[in-house]
Amino acid sequence: MGETPHRSAHAGTGGTRVTSGHDWPAGASARFAETSGNPRTPTGNGLGGGGGLPRARAFGAERAFRGLTVAAGAAVLVIIAAIAVFLIAKAVPALQANTEDFWTFEGWFPNDNPPKFGIGALAFGTVLTALLALLVAVPVALGIALYLTHYAPRRIGTGLGFVIDLLAAVPSVVFGLWGRDYLVGPVTDLSTWLNRYFGWIPIFGDGPYGNSILLGSLVLAIMVLPIITSLSREVFLQTPTANEEAALALGATRWEMLRTAVLPYGRPGIIAAVMLGLGRALGETIALALTLGSTYAISFNVLTSGGNTIAANIANRFAEANDTGRGALIASGLVLFAITLIVNITARAIIYRRREFTESAA
Amino acid sequence: MSSLVTSHRTRPPAQPATLRAKRLPRYAAPVIAVAALLVAAGVVYGLGIGGPVLVVVLGALLYLAGLFTAANAVEGRRAARNRTWSALIHSAFVLAVLPLASVVWTLVSKGAERLDGDFFGTSMNNIGARDANGGAYHAIIGTLEQVGIATLITVPLGVLCAIYIVEYGRGRFAFAIRFFVDVMTGIPSIVTGLFVLAFWVLIVSPWFNDGQPGFSGFAAALALSVLMLPTVVRSTEEMLRLVPAPLREGAYALGVPKWKTILRVVLPTALPGIVTGIMLAIARAAGETAPVLLVAGGGAAINFNPFENNQSSLALFVYQQAGEASKYSPARAWTAALTLVALVLVLTIAAKLLARRNRLGR
Amino acid sequence: MKLQRHGAIACLALTAVLGLSACGSDNNEPTGTSASGSAAAVDCGKGTLNAQGSSAQKNAMAEWIKAYQQECAGTTINYEPTGSGAGIQAFIAGTADFAGSDSALKPEEQPQADAKCAGGQALNLPMVIGPVAVVYNVSGVDNLQLKPATLAKIFAGKVTKWDDAAIKADNPDAKLPATAIQAVHRSDESGTTDNFTKYLTKTAEADWTFGNAKAWKAPGGVGAAKSDGVASKVKGTDGTISYVEWSYAENGGLKKAKVQNGAGEWAELTAESAGKTIAGAKFEGQGDDLKMSIDYNTKAAGAYPIVLATYEIVCSKGLAADKLPLVKGLLSHAASAEGQADLVELGYAPLPDSVRTKVEAAVKNLS
Repeated sequence: MGETPHRSAHAGTGGTRVTSGHDWPAGASARFAETSGNPRTPTGNGLGGGGGLPRARAFGAERAFRGLTVAAGAAVLVIIAAIAVFLIAKAVPALQANTEDFWTFEGWFPNDNPPKFGIGALAFGTVLTALLALLVAVPVALGIALYLTHYAPRRIGTGLGFVIDLLAAVPSVVFGLWGRDYLVGPVTDLSTWLNRYFGWIPIFGDGPYGNSILLGSLVLAIMVLPIITSLSREVFLQTPTANEEAALALGATRWEMLRTAVLPYGRPGIIAAVMLGLGRALGETIALALTLGSTYAISFNVLTSGGNTIAANIANRFAEANDTGRGALIASGLVLFAITLIVNITARAIIYRRREFTESAA
Repeated sequence: MSSLVTSHRTRPPAQPATLRAKRLPRYAAPVIAVAALLVAAGVVYGLGIGGPVLVVVLGALLYLAGLFTAANAVEGRRAARNRTWSALIHSAFVLAVLPLASVVWTLVSKGAERLDGDFFGTSMNNIGARDANGGAYHAIIGTLEQVGIATLITVPLGVLCAIYIVEYGRGRFAFAIRFFVDVMTGIPSIVTGLFVLAFWVLIVSPWFNDGQPGFSGFAAALALSVLMLPTVVRSTEEMLRLVPAPLREGAYALGVPKWKTILRVVLPTALPGIVTGIMLAIARAAGETAPVLLVAGGGAAINFNPFENNQSSLALFVYQQAGEASKYSPARAWTAALTLVALVLVLTIAAKLLARRNRLGR
Repeated sequence: MKLQRHGAIACLALTAVLGLSACGSDNNEPTGTSASGSAAAVDCGKGTLNAQGSSAQKNAMAEWIKAYQQECAGTTINYEPTGSGAGIQAFIAGTADFAGSDSALKPEEQPQADAKCAGGQALNLPMVIGPVAVVYNVSGVDNLQLKPATLAKIFAGKVTKWDDAAIKADNPDAKLPATAIQAVHRSDESGTTDNFTKYLTKTAEADWTFGNAKAWKAPGGVGAAKSDGVASKVKGTDGTISYVEWSYAENGGLKKAKVQNGAGEWAELTAESAGKTIAGAKFEGQGDDLKMSIDYNTKAAGAYPIVLATYEIVCSKGLAADKLPLVKGLLSHAASAEGQADLVELGYAPLPDSVRTKVEAAVKNLS
């Protein structure tokens, strides 16, 4: 999931080159590079009159540079392994001390004697808030991205695009404070209204309203909105002009052009953007700690105050945790890590399949 | 993000499919809108089920339905779809702008309160709960140093890692690196903070601190670089893949060794995109609170030395001031948040200008 | 090329830093309003002291650090309000020179902390008294007064409407609306919750069956993060009741309920009434360890019973030579009469003299 999607420096010159940018194994060029970057055969360097070059030095520099990049790549693996080792080492003692079932117990009292804590409700809340947030944010974000790229006057589109990029940099504590102090009023009113007229649907249950999953998800949605928008905007800008013009030349309306040319072309990028948003939503800490009412029960009632997530729980409980408490929080961090892992694997699988599909279709 | 692509886009004509088809008169849309609002108001107030907000929402729905029906009758199904989707995309834009504008407005109006020289010239040292002055000087220093060091660590490592993945990497090792970089995107920030606390602060730092573990800005920089690394690697990777193959081939044909080709041809070509990715990473790192709290410890006094003793950062400053029992602290928190966004804004604009200059000069 | 780019960015940042550093100030000039010139026996050291812990005593610490640093140039003292648990963990790990805590060290923590003090033990010194206010927001109700049992029933969810008979019995003259009660509690763990639930456990055994802990254990209610979250929730929502440190209640302009003490009086929260409860507390520790046990059923006349005693956790022996004068200097200022008197405006109650002199003596013995 590239935070910055594909953009060619020469995008204006037409579609083909951009398309080749999506080619996963870097295409013929890299394959060529591989053979030519392998100048161990004596003839390899004779190409292009390079024979006069001091071969040994070039060979050494090449090796050194290659070694450097391999080391950098390996560093990533080392960091991941180190994180996993340290976290597991800290989590295991706490998990062993736990006297309740870690997966099903609804509560978090690791500082008690004996310690009792369970991840079930937290994991449920994490997934529920993140999914609800995406449910709200994705259609709106795609709408804005399409508006900025295909409907708005060019100047407005560029200017607003820049503003939205900047909004991605607003620290989450600001969104949290805004949600806690300003959004909570409208959400309480909305909850009361929904409960009055749609109370027969189980998710719109009774109050007290306010610091509910609904509020948390809306704040999250507003937080991830700029991220998804700015990435999918970039993706829509990448659509080859030729594809769009072809659609219009065939008599498509503007919406048909978007549906047949822009959206299919951008699908892998959109999925990547959504997955990045989901990753951010799953891991968001402070905004949710400030807005959720934090209870440890599994409930689909999104209106009532309560709900909790793994990351918010870490933020709320870390300060007063003792040794076991910290271990328990780290264990919950591991679960979060695993959830994001699953999300990533799924996303990758989808992107690869879609990518093949678009490539063959294109 | 730059809008190079937009400048080449050909805009579709306003109504592509209507050369001879019947069209709704110009006044149709406003008339339907007014009628929809009136009907909505009648329904809502007649039944007594809500207030003005519900009138607008219901009115918008009725407008969409009415527009679709009218256009369907006069212009045909395709044009009706086109109109409805266009209206939906515009309303998505309005819907998203409302909360985002509210966030920005809160940020600016509340942040302007303490926007004075004192705020940027003093620290929180010797500021009690009754003192109205005090500033974020120490936090700004901390943010600049921590993010600066993190960038110095991350950029070479991340770019080299991306070079390995794109130019050299083959087979399982490269796939593993690429996969785990994706996994790293999902690591919650508090987990990286815990990792650096366990690894650097408690195990490594006593070696050169008289046996006493100590907080430092450098530890925060380490945690931030773990957060930045995946963003930098992924965006660099995407950008390197977009470098046109002929550029590489031309260099090889001239006998330029591969490492030199990468450094002199490939990297400069991809530079604008790489810079954008790095700026996104910096923006994210600058807004992180939890890792700094865990490993740099915060602090009220100015500390220029990132390798020793506590340091604060702007995001941490916001978090702490927001929760303090002093009537002057919320204003400080909002101003610091505004400062942080402004800082990211300045950095982003600077980086974009540099990248653009480079692109034009090539 | 790349280097140039980054060089330019670095240059920009550097210029910004240099530009800023020209005018940075740590507010070291004495302002005159503080207790300067007073403590003649201030133990000035040099260097940096890192402490962390309870956020309940953050403002008190800031005030004392301010006074101490203005007295002793060249010292930097950091007190980070990370929370009591984090403070104790940092003390045990060695990253904090002393810790602030809302509760004395637990039996299982004591040996770990003692291990950090070569030849001595870790002491609990009560330093800051933070009364806990019962705050509420009910339109039309101004002088709410509550018995412990009523309070327990409200927070246990047994009393759910403001016009319940139990509340009416406590407030015969008030016009109570029929709105639902929203009992707000802290969603993070805190010494305030621990203290409040301890109070309910001791004074309303029959109605409060959840025991006491830093984490809220009763079902239902509404959680809010940190004291400011609780204060803002109560301020913004009609029908709420909660407990929060006095300073937050004052800053938020919240209405405070009177609470019935062991003598059967309706006690209002003032510095004086809270101090009376502390004066009646018993010491449980030995020697210089001044761990206290507060009698929440205090029969002292006019005593406000819900008070939180926060401690400094510090080594009696074995402090590094360069840190000792700093710790001693700061804490002896804190335990001095004027150090305590400085706190009243900040929403704390000063230590009653009987307790204060003991703390002062204990600080003197640090070596």
